[in-house]
Parts: sequence; C-alpha cells; structure tokens
Amino acid sequence: MVTRVGVLPSEFVSFVANPATEPFWTAAAEHRLVLPRCTNCDTFRFPPAAFCWVCRRQDVEWVEHDGNGELYSFTVLRHAVIPGLAEALPIVIGVVELPDTNGCRLIGDILGCPPEVVEIGMPVALEWYDVDDGSVPCFRPRA
Amino acid sequence: MTDRTLKDRAAIVGVGATPYYRRGRSLPQTPLDLAIKATLAALDDAGLGADDVDGFALYGGAFVDTSLLAQILGIPEVRFTAGLTGGGGGSAGSIGLAAAAVATGMADVVVSVLTLQQAHMRFGASFAPRSKGGAGAYSAPSTPESVFASNSGLMAPGQMFAMLVQRHMHLYGTTRDHLAEVAISTRNNAITRETSLMRDPLTREQYFDARMISEPFGLYDYCMECDGAVAVITTTPERAKDLRHPPVQVMGSAAGGAGRWGQAITWMGMPDEYFTSSGHRPIAKRVYEMAGVGPADVDVALFYDHFTGMVLLQLEDYGFCGIGESGPFVAEGNIRWPEGTLPVNTHGGNLSEAYIIGMTHVKEAVEQLRGTAVNQVPDADIALVTGGPASIPVSALLLHR
Ligand SMILES: [Zn+2]
Repeated sequence: MVTRVGVLPSEFVSFVANPATEPFWTAAAEHRLVLPRCTNCDTFRFPPAAFCWVCRRQDVEWVEHDGNGELYSFTVLRHAVIPGLAEALPIVIGVVELPDTNGCRLIGDILGCPPEVVEIGMPVALEWYDVDDGSVPCFRPRA
Repeated sequence: MTDRTLKDRAAIVGVGATPYYRRGRSLPQTPLDLAIKATLAALDDAGLGADDVDGFALYGGAFVDTSLLAQILGIPEVRFTAGLTGGGGGSAGSIGLAAAAVATGMADVVVSVLTLQQAHMRFGASFAPRSKGGAGAYSAPSTPESVFASNSGLMAPGQMFAMLVQRHMHLYGTTRDHLAEVAISTRNNAITRETSLMRDPLTREQYFDARMISEPFGLYDYCMECDGAVAVITTTPERAKDLRHPPVQVMGSAAGGAGRWGQAITWMGMPDEYFTSSGHRPIAKRVYEMAGVGPADVDVALFYDHFTGMVLLQLEDYGFCGIGESGPFVAEGNIRWPEGTLPVNTHGGNLSEAYIIGMTHVKEAVEQLRGTAVNQVPDADIALVTGGPASIPVSALLLHR
C-alpha cells in the first residue's frame, strides 16, 4: 500500500520577485531550471542575489541545470501548522542539493513515494508543479 | 589603553517578570502594559526606580519601542537606546549591548525588556504568508527570498529546524530518544516552579504517543506559544555594589555568527561543515575568550530551547561534548538537575516554563548566581545563557557571581 503524499495547496504559492530572482521564476514557468552563476569567478548563488558572495560583483549568467540532485535533508509535515494545509497532509518537504553548483540547495516537496521510504542521500529528479501564475520545483525519487 | 572587553565592566542588578500566560490569555493587558510591569518589577528587585533609568538595550522581537516606554514611565533622560537586529537570537546579547553601554559611559542604568503577546499572531507559523492565514494570524509577508522556502510549504520554525536535526540524526545516529531526554529533563525542572505553565511530569510514553508535527519533531519537541514579559537591569560595577542583591557580573557577551549562516533556516544554504549546528560556534569561541573560561568552568547552562533538538546542537557548539556526540551525552543524564555534570535549563526553559523569547533564561541565570533559584545548582559560580539558534545574530552571555 502506498501512502498518499500531498503537495502544498496552490493558493499558498507566491511569485513575489525582484530583478535578481525574476529570471528563475520566468524560466520555471517554462519548466526550465536556471541558476545564477557569477561570470567573473564562476560561483553559483542561490537563492538568486544581485551580488556574488565571493567576488561581490554583479555580473551574472543563468545556467540551465537538469534538476537531478540528492536529498540533503527533509521533514514530513504531519500537522497543519496553518489550517489550510490540513487536506494536503502529509507533505514531505525536502532540501535538495544540486551537483556541480558549489552546493546550491533547492527546497521542494518530495512526491511519488511514501514518507516512510524517504531518506537522506536518495537521488531525486526535478518535477514542475504548475499553479495559476507559474510553476514551482518539486522532486521525485530517481532510479 | 583600555582593554577591549566587557569582562567585569557591567553587572546585572535586577530581574523581573509578569506572570506567564498561554497564547492570548494576557488580554486585556497590552504588550506595553506587560513590558512596564516587568520593568517596574526588575527595578524594584534592584532597589532602583524609573527615575534612575537612562538606557534601553533591546532585541529584535521586543515588540515595544523606547519612545513610548520612556514617555509613559517618565524617564528623566534617555542617554542610550539601541536594539540588536534579528529576532530571538538576540536575547542574551541584549544584555551584552546593555553592558557595552554602561562600560563605555553612555548610560548608567539600562533596561532590557522583552514583551510578547500572541493573541493576534502566532510564532508557530511565523513564516507563513500573512495573506493566507486569515485575520493577520500569521506574521510574515512574502519576500523575494522567502518564497523559495514557503512555496514548498516550509513556513514554520519547527519545520525548518527539523531539517537540521533530521540531518544530524542521519550523520551521527541521534534518535528521538535523545530528543525525549531533553523534553523530559526540562519538564522535570518545571514541575517544582509556580511560574511554569507545564507542571505535570512528562513520561517517555507520553512523549512518543503525542502527535507528530513535523518529523522528527513531535508535540513535546516544541516550546509553547506564550504571552508575558521579562526585564533585566544592567548597571556599572560601582553602582551595583550597594543595591538590593549581590551583583551578577558580566564576564563576556557576543552576538552575530558566520556570514554564510545568514538567514539560516529560511534559506538552508549554510555551508555543509556547519549546517547541522546551532550557528553558535563562532559566538561560543568569542564569549569564552572574552570571559577567559571554557566549558569545564560552566556550572549551569541556560540554552535557548525553542525545540529539543537545538539544545543538542548547542551542547556540541559550546564544547560540552564533541560534534555529533550530544545524543549519547544527554542519554547519560548529563543535563539533568541536580545530578548531571551540566544542569541545563533549570527553570524549565522555553519548553516547559514559558516561551518569552529567551529572556526567562537570563532571569534564571541571575537567580542561580544569587543562590536563590528554585532548582538551585549548589555553589553555582558561572552561568552560560544563549539566544537563538536563529538567523544572524545568535548570542551568548557568560555571567559570574
Ligand atoms: Zn564572483
């Protein structure tokens, strides 16, 4: 038997952005994962920021990533910390580290497997969760 | 040239508090009412009055502004007022800020006060979008940075710290039994105290039977949502000599953290080497150096305990055990009062006495060093108090009698 695993209800999703983060969400709406990388020193920065945290320059290029990563940590939300989440529980929320990005981590729901089998270190693949105004990253176990 | 240190250049001379309440039950008092009651109680404890006050040193979550406090209290002249940035991580550090003011001659009698009323907001989901919770019950507006976490449903501090503890379990074999030991030992300390909101014993069975909230944290891994206020009075060593109680001297204080600790739980990008920490390692190093002592010298530790697991990580970061060894350390009974090698949160902490954003820990440290604590550690000479784990700053205070 597979335990149902929920995803964050779409009404909680927000695409509040600034010029530094907007390209991420614009690409996400097209189901492309792009990450900002400093053109001066090749350091990725995430969440997207206007300045490189190593060389402090603003030069940036947006690099596509396939979204295959490894589960760095997770929590299984079993109690509705705000009332509107009750119908979606349990939700597995993961922190996913992406290879070849100097340690960039995405936060996303882990879908497609019961909470009991989720473990740190498991390979995951990116999946886009579409809501009205765009898409947010989620992940599924990867073989 | 003056030594650039706070050591023995300021003293805590008064502590005071309102009763503690479950969330919302302090109504119809206002947060300002609570702050003033705690301040007057602390001044009375010191043997001082509002006319003696000339400074305020607060921290991010104070929920009260000096202008109104001074106006309503009729403070003759405010000579210093400042607050640490951030949130609860500044609790212990606000006393360091007060000490800095008196050590540099900017003020003589400084109030640090924290007042909290959660009738119209809830810290339990403090990063939930305000627009989605209804009636302003949830506090944070979405920002371009926060949506990278909240778009997954990560919007409550308990969920966020659960991520750090989950990875600690994976790396080091820490278990929920270890978390339970923190919850149960802290509860044992609360039982004897009239000020505690949780006075019934907590059994291991109750701990494990309670509802899971955000794995690995269940109900008893969480502190409470409370109302109340606590105030602390800091002054010069000279002024402290002839007041009501023996002074409690500031040995050292520090507030801040590694830059890439940053927003910590709301971005999850902290470097791997200290992801599973409390963010306190740089602070521990600096406060011990300023005080000229080490972990073996500490008689009682008052760790900011919003979640059980974060007490474990602070035990490691302050050097009471090795990195990754806090689980076995607590399992051996080390943090229990009175028999443990390092009694922790002898007042019942945020978990079982009351959550006043860490200020009850300062009050308890002072009472321990005066020798008047309800759960007194015999001959306690040196107390450690921490603020946070949180985003920058986290803070620490070392005190001696
Ligand atoms: Zn750079």
